[in-house]
Amino acid sequence: MSSSREGMLAAIRAANARGGAVAAADVDAAWEALPRAYTRGTALGHEAVLELLEDRLRDYDAHVVRSALRDVSSVVGGMLAERGKTRMLAAPGMDAALLPEGFEFVIDDGLSAPAIDRFEGVVTESTLAIAETGTIVLQTVKGQGRRALSLVPDYHLCVVRASDVVATVPEAMDRIAARPSFATTFISGPSATADIEMTRIKGVHGPRFLDVIVVVDLQAL
Amino acid sequence: MSELVQLGHKPLDPRTAPSFPKAARALVGDTQMRKNVRHATNVIQGKRAKVVQEMPDWQQLREAGRRLREHTMANLDVYLERFEKNFTAAGGTVHWAKDAEEARRIVIGLVKASGSDEVIKIKSMTTEEIQLNKALEGAGIRPYETDLAELIIQLGHDQPSHIVVPALHKNRQQIREIFKREMNLPNLGDTPQDLADAARLFLREKFLKVKTGVSGANFLIAETGGVCVVESEGNGRMCLTLPETLITVAGIDKVVPRLQDLEVLLQVLPRSATGERMNPYNSIWTGVDPYGNDGPKAFHVVLMDNARTAVLADGEGRQTLNCIRCGACQNACPVYKQTGGHAYGSVYAGPIGAILTPQLMEMEHAQTLPYASSLCGACYEVCPVKINIPEVLVHLRSRVVEDAGLTAESVAMKAMAMVFRSEKRFRAAQRLGRLAEGPLVRKDGNGDGWIGWMPGLLGGWTQVRDLQSMPKETFRDWWEARGR
Repeated sequence: MSSSREGMLAAIRAANARGGAVAAADVDAAWEALPRAYTRGTALGHEAVLELLEDRLRDYDAHVVRSALRDVSSVVGGMLAERGKTRMLAAPGMDAALLPEGFEFVIDDGLSAPAIDRFEGVVTESTLAIAETGTIVLQTVKGQGRRALSLVPDYHLCVVRASDVVATVPEAMDRIAARPSFATTFISGPSATADIEMTRIKGVHGPRFLDVIVVVDLQAL
Repeated sequence: MSELVQLGHKPLDPRTAPSFPKAARALVGDTQMRKNVRHATNVIQGKRAKVVQEMPDWQQLREAGRRLREHTMANLDVYLERFEKNFTAAGGTVHWAKDAEEARRIVIGLVKASGSDEVIKIKSMTTEEIQLNKALEGAGIRPYETDLAELIIQLGHDQPSHIVVPALHKNRQQIREIFKREMNLPNLGDTPQDLADAARLFLREKFLKVKTGVSGANFLIAETGGVCVVESEGNGRMCLTLPETLITVAGIDKVVPRLQDLEVLLQVLPRSATGERMNPYNSIWTGVDPYGNDGPKAFHVVLMDNARTAVLADGEGRQTLNCIRCGACQNACPVYKQTGGHAYGSVYAGPIGAILTPQLMEMEHAQTLPYASSLCGACYEVCPVKINIPEVLVHLRSRVVEDAGLTAESVAMKAMAMVFRSEKRFRAAQRLGRLAEGPLVRKDGNGDGWIGWMPGLLGGWTQVRDLQSMPKETFRDWWEARGR
């Protein structure tokens, strides 16, 4: 290994007044003892959490609707029709019951970036959503696909199951930490910038339009 | 081109930059820049206040953030080695760079090995710190900045003036002029939407074509070997996922112990930085996809010291390393609001720059920066990890004085102390003063004497204010003469 590596580590140990390496168990114990007096959960009921998510997403200019499980495909169809979309990219492994008749859905099978760029939009599922921040979390798993899918097309339609909605960021991190090896993307509204006079502009390089369907699972109610 | 326009156009290098008072004097004359900076910082401050207020546990989050960062720095060697082990196991390659020169050399070597003569770049203050673009160009590699603000800076041959919103010193008309000229768009409109659309078109082709990406990192996760990048526009995600090779340059201070720690940092960072509950995109991923489907096939992280270990060795200064680069201190600072970022002569401006830059330069340069503050404490109050910036500023001022050793000022101070210790010497000095000031005193309409210029070292006082002449009779003389 490089001499810079040894030099840097030695300088850090000297700065921390340490002769050599420290026991890993001691470091872990110190981490466990760190104060975490902030809020982890919520006092809100499930319905209030869903409403909070919808409110926060709308605050980012996302279009949000709620749907019962059995109606999802027709709601998807309605949203695509409203946006004038006919040819959509879909993440591999998506629940076919979500996709309506009358539209062309192409399942990603390793398309090139320029090929993805030619689609009118993409439809994916999601891992979870965070109500307090209006965030949808996607991972590189079945139904959500590669990171490029929800990025390159100009329009993203995302299906969120109500049972996957949590209230706070700590609750979300608990779930993500259970499967950390998947690439994870937090999406909070359409791509945006405030670089010009601090005016929030919807859409720079990521999708300029984000639609979210919150699916209420009838069995869970 | 006037001196103040040029200030922002030379690379912001503390070794060659004019001192803060000199640069600030020139820049406060640029009323358009000051208007732009005031507007932008006021807007962000207002948004931040609103989203911070809705968090009842904000102080607990700040305290957790502070303790977490302190713990990380106290065990930095352990966490860097952990990151290296886990990142390597996930298919990445770690490089260690002791300074900017070595970091630049590593990056240039990696870009060349990737077979590319151009790179797409995510906004990264660390690569600004080491002036990577200049070095890449010198090696025949063309860097494309893809963040909207960085694009404005790059096309305008300008320099960043804020760590989160680097082009906040430019307004829409100025940006339009730059884009019209550099993108050859004579009919470009001047709404922010027009300008963002122009950037989208200009860069889309690059995203789809360029095979090598260069980024910074917000956090390196020791536990998983993961990297976290926080952004708004999606240009970051483009650079992280579409190229075949990704090279990430990160200061050693960017490591965090565990994935769970992001539950603190991803709450305090966006609210502090842009006044959003969450910024549009966060990417958290680990190494190279083993199936080769998602993201770059080669992933390098350059862990850079560049004087950070020297900062760590300073008991009072080391809290500077806890910074998560949110820029809230810049927006809150009454000095920054007046001068803008370029006066600081460094890519790190504002209060955090005033403590970070001199330390990164190992106190060799940028010695006026610790004085670029009124110590009002607004920066400390908004810091999401509770860095006590005023405390570090005062500490650095004392280091500047100590480092200076025997100077005209320190000799004068010693002489003053000697005079004040003896009544006889003090009276003699007063008599001498009245004699010496004679030629400098000008009478005003009321017959009061004023001094508008003093020679040498004393001139610093009269540069910005007039000094009243000494009274004909001192209080002591009057008191003693009173009974006679």
